[in-house]
Amino acid sequence: MQNKDQNTDFKTRSLDTVCVNESQLEHKWYHNLKYVIVGIAFGIVFIKAEVISWYRIQEMFRFQSFHMYGIIGSAVVVGIISVLLIKKFNIKTIYGEKIEFHNKTFNKGQIYGGLIFGLGWAITGACPGPLFAQIGTGATVMIVTLLSAVVGTWLYGYFRDKLPH
Amino acid sequence: MEILEFIKQPCPWYIAGPLVGLTVPALLIIGNKSFGISASLRHTCAMCLPANIKFFKYDWKKEIWNMFFVFGIVVGGIIAFNFLSNPNPIIINDALRTELASYGVTNIDGMLPAQLFSWENLITLKGFFMMVIGGFFIGFGSRYAGGCTSGHSISGLSNLQLPSLIATSCFFIGGLIMANIILPLILSI
Repeated sequence: MQNKDQNTDFKTRSLDTVCVNESQLEHKWYHNLKYVIVGIAFGIVFIKAEVISWYRIQEMFRFQSFHMYGIIGSAVVVGIISVLLIKKFNIKTIYGEKIEFHNKTFNKGQIYGGLIFGLGWAITGACPGPLFAQIGTGATVMIVTLLSAVVGTWLYGYFRDKLPH
Repeated sequence: MEILEFIKQPCPWYIAGPLVGLTVPALLIIGNKSFGISASLRHTCAMCLPANIKFFKYDWKKEIWNMFFVFGIVVGGIIAFNFLSNPNPIIINDALRTELASYGVTNIDGMLPAQLFSWENLITLKGFFMMVIGGFFIGFGSRYAGGCTSGHSISGLSNLQLPSLIATSCFFIGGLIMANIILPLILSI
């Protein structure tokens, strides 16, 4: 019975999101500190590679620089190879859990939402990750942009059933 | 000291890209987590104002790792900005520099043009479009699409998901339209 409840919760949690926690294990809160460390490394790379630069994003969408294409392209190649290796060698998590992958199904939201997201990406020069890093660099006004993104997310949730999917 | 000088230089794409890509297996191996960032916005809604909306009624504590992760990104931003910043002026494409100058954007220091993104500009029409409407599109669009550049373009493509390729293509089309057609109009305000 409890298992069934968990499955329903997982269904809701994994709705409209690529990124979910697949782990069934329960940990003390401080186990989460390892994600802070990965986040710090990720944030530093973002800044050092100027991924969070508004100018680099404008150059990308004007085909004026290879930089961002190089970053996204090589990141995807490394990601694909990593996932293949994890599947092929059945690599487990550090807790010995099997690593799960879920296939995503297509819905029209990926088109409509994708286009809307693209408009926001080019105007602010930031996707959600760089937005957090920009705030870290002292661009405090981007907190307003972040809050506005939260409002956008909430309104999507509110109108979700009425939107074409 | 030479090492620090070296680290202060901008990081080339062929080092940064693979490091970003390694985030995918890193999160999978340390806790079976699929890499993504925009979901943190949704967890914020679920935490603060679920308002009985089904989409926000789930056990957000199970996804708390994502909040720790984005907190780390902010801290990474603070560290890199204060200790590892590139002391040299940012180099940008000449055509972009000329285009921006034609809109009166001449100060290109830092990561964001301060003449556009500032607290003072927030109450101008231009600033409202760029910071408030822009942020709204990011939040609404990423959730509607089911993920952002990290979730779809990095995580999803790494797992060879066709929906992620479709979403990524649409992110790009939207970006092309904004940067080349709509943004010039907004900057002219």
